[in-house]
This record gives sequence, structure tokens and C-alpha cells, in this order.
Amino acid sequence: MNVHIVDYGVGNLHSMVRAVEASGGSPVLVTDADAVLQAEKLILPGVGAFEPCARQLRASGMWDAVKAYAQTGRPFVGVCVGMQLLFDESLEFGRHEGLGLIGGQVAQIPSEDAAGARKVPHIGWRPLARAAQVKDWSGTLLEGLTPDRSSAYFVHSYSCVAADDADRLCDVDYLGFRVSAAVRRGNVSGFQFHPEKSGPVGLTIMRNLVRA
Amino acid sequence: MRNIRLIARLDIKAPNLIKGVRLEGLRVMGDPKTFALRYYEQGIDEIIYMDIVASLYGRNSLGDLLSRTASDVFVPITVGGGIRSCEDVRALLRAGADKVAINTAAVNRPELITEVAERFGSQCMVLGVEAKRTDAGGWEAYTDNGRERTGLDVIDWVRRGAELGAGEVLLTSVDQEGTRRGFDVDLLNAVSEVTAVPIIASGGMGAIEHMVEALNGSAVDAIAMADVLHYDRLDLAEVRQAAADAGYQVRRDVGEVSA
Repeated sequence: MNVHIVDYGVGNLHSMVRAVEASGGSPVLVTDADAVLQAEKLILPGVGAFEPCARQLRASGMWDAVKAYAQTGRPFVGVCVGMQLLFDESLEFGRHEGLGLIGGQVAQIPSEDAAGARKVPHIGWRPLARAAQVKDWSGTLLEGLTPDRSSAYFVHSYSCVAADDADRLCDVDYLGFRVSAAVRRGNVSGFQFHPEKSGPVGLTIMRNLVRA
Repeated sequence: MRNIRLIARLDIKAPNLIKGVRLEGLRVMGDPKTFALRYYEQGIDEIIYMDIVASLYGRNSLGDLLSRTASDVFVPITVGGGIRSCEDVRALLRAGADKVAINTAAVNRPELITEVAERFGSQCMVLGVEAKRTDAGGWEAYTDNGRERTGLDVIDWVRRGAELGAGEVLLTSVDQEGTRRGFDVDLLNAVSEVTAVPIIASGGMGAIEHMVEALNGSAVDAIAMADVLHYDRLDLAEVRQAAADAGYQVRRDVGEVSA
């Protein structure tokens, strides 16, 4: 089963490619709008800061195609900054427009608040918890994971805040700050953590995508 | 609860994993990937590959190894040794690394830290620091595996590196490295007090108690292990359990690695 990965010059795609292969899928890197629209399953990766990623995705000519692909109903996954790009806007180094596929914005993790101090960036493995309104993960890409046990690898300084709680699928607690770890609206999903770097737990998610 | 990462550090003289005492007197252990894969299967949180002869040859030679490793090891991989430019970083990231550790080139040209952080993100830019105790009671930064002095005070250098954009610090005690006598906890404490950037403690782990001492005595975020894993002296599951028992959050449910 083909899984297309948007290649717009950002980050290390080797790991994502290998994770798709290890999950039984056939990875295909896409670099143009037509190929995006033809995809059966699409992953939008992203690392670093929001604005350079958004700028490069626009410069690649795939911005509108990615938005159009999301309307097809076929599986679409954004990872790390790729997840953040799904939202309306980010407040990282200014205010920058996202793809607007999920309502809400991306804001900095507070290094200090009423709950205490925390290091930013947030780096490390955290157990994944169901978002408050989610009864279970069956039928989602997180199916097969054990809430509050299965752990995934995070590295980020900004965090997504969905306007509608119904879009939240999974949260993690970072010293009293609620990080939105996974969101879903219809066929569009986003993961703040790196499934391609989260060991067997991450590969379970990738297998779910390959079989979706 | 403080979150702790457990990291396997593999020092490499291509094509072999080697292990030395105080970064001298090298012993050949075998194919690094075999070791990395074993640690992954046992639930290691991250892997560090350090090319320890790279600065002699002026280049990092771990590209092929990275690419082979990243094919089967699905946890973050940091590579260090001989990295001198953004072009070097790009090539290593393409080969499968997630982060790069830079020491010598950052000392020679500190702007490189900012260049790497701006181009690839600060999460990718790990400042490698080799610290050696001074007679005055402080620590001096060294390069080339503890052979070359820099004249830089470790505390000042880490603070500056963080300001320049380093997203993490790999802090190796030259005095403790390879001794299995425990970490230089004073060093870890002094450095972790002056920066909010995550610190990886490296050098000296010989027993589980050493990890607990380092965690209790400083604000470090990660523990790097070498000998104790390479010689199978400690069981990773026991190390993880000990960290949890000491009140630290560690990765749970590391899962079964399927072939």
C-alpha cells in the first residue's frame, strides 16, 4: 500500500520512509502538486520552526494541493510541525497562517506558569493519554495503544491548541501543562510526537495508517 | 515529575565500536549497528554515535553506518565528531541522524551553533562539551577527546552556547569517562544550574547508584551510558526501573520489537 510523504525540503525523511517500510507500506516521496492530489495516503512531515516550514511548503507549489487533498476524505497525517501546519495559525516568531484544516492556533509552551517551571523545548518520552472527551481510540490511528502507558517521543517548543475540544484525540501532561499530542478531524490527523522515532509504539501507529 | 531519558553512547573508530579508558587505550568491540539494534530492542530512548577519530581526518565518516542503523532503529539518533559546517549537518541528517553534536568546530567558530540552529532547528543542535577539572576548582572545556585545551570555562561556554542556539548539551566529564566510578555530579549540578537547555550527563556510569546520584544531585535530563551496556554489566530494564523507583518519569511500555 502506497504512502506518500510530502518532500518540501524540510528535515530528515529517511526515518519516515523507513518507518513506512517497516510498517508494511511502500513510501513514495512527492514533490509536486499533481502527485499530492493522486496520493492514497499522505504524510506531511516538518521540523524546526513553523514559518520556514510554511514558507517552503508554499514555495514547493504544494500548499494548495495539500489543502485540496484534505478534502478528498483520504487519510492525511501531519507530524510535528506538519501537525502544527494543519491549524489556522502559529504565534511562533510573529503570526503566521497555517493550512486551516483544524481550527485553533499554535502557541509557545510556557516555561513557567501557575503549575511551576518547565524546560522548553519539551524533549523526551511521554505516556499518551486519551483526551477528556474521547472514550477509546478504536477506529483511530492510535488503535492498539494502551492509554497512559504507551509512550512516544516529543521534541517541540510550541504546542497546538484546538478551538474545538472534539478535535483533540490524545493529550500528554508536561509538568502541569496540557500538550495536545494528537488531533483528528475526519480524515485529517496530526501528531505532535514523532511516530517514526517512537519505537514499537510509533510503528503501531504507522501500521494503522498503512492499513487505514 | 521530572522526565529522564536513557541514552546509549557508542564511540566509534570506523568501522568499529570501541571503548577506552579516559578516552585513551581503545578496545575494539565490533559493529556499532549490532549494539545499537540490541539497545533499541531492550528499550533505549536514544542512541549517540560519536566518531572519535573524525577530527583527525577532518570529516565524519558515519554516514553509511547511520543509514544502516536508521533502517531498523526507530528512536532518535545523534551523531557527533568532525562536523564543521551546515553542509556536513545536512549530509548526516539525510543519512538518518536526528541531531548533531558539535564540539571542536563550535569552539573554533561559535557562530556555527547559530547557523545550524537557524537552518535545522535548535532541537537538532547539540553542543558537545568535554569538561576537565582545573586546579582552581572549576572546569575547562577540551576538544579532540580530551586532548586539546580551549581555555574556555565550561560554565561560561555552556551559557554562551545556549544563547547562540544550542538546543541540548552533551556534557562529558573527561576525568570520569571510562572509569566506571560515577559521574562528576558537581559538574552536572554547576552546569544544569546555569541553563534551561536540556543536559545529557556522560562519563562515569558504572553502577545503577551512579545514575541515581547524578539525578538527585543535579537537574540533568538524560543519562548516557557506554561500558555498562557494551559489556552487558547492567540490564537496561533494571536501570529504567531504578530511575522510576527514585521518583523519575521514564519511558513506559517500550513494547515488543517485531521483526
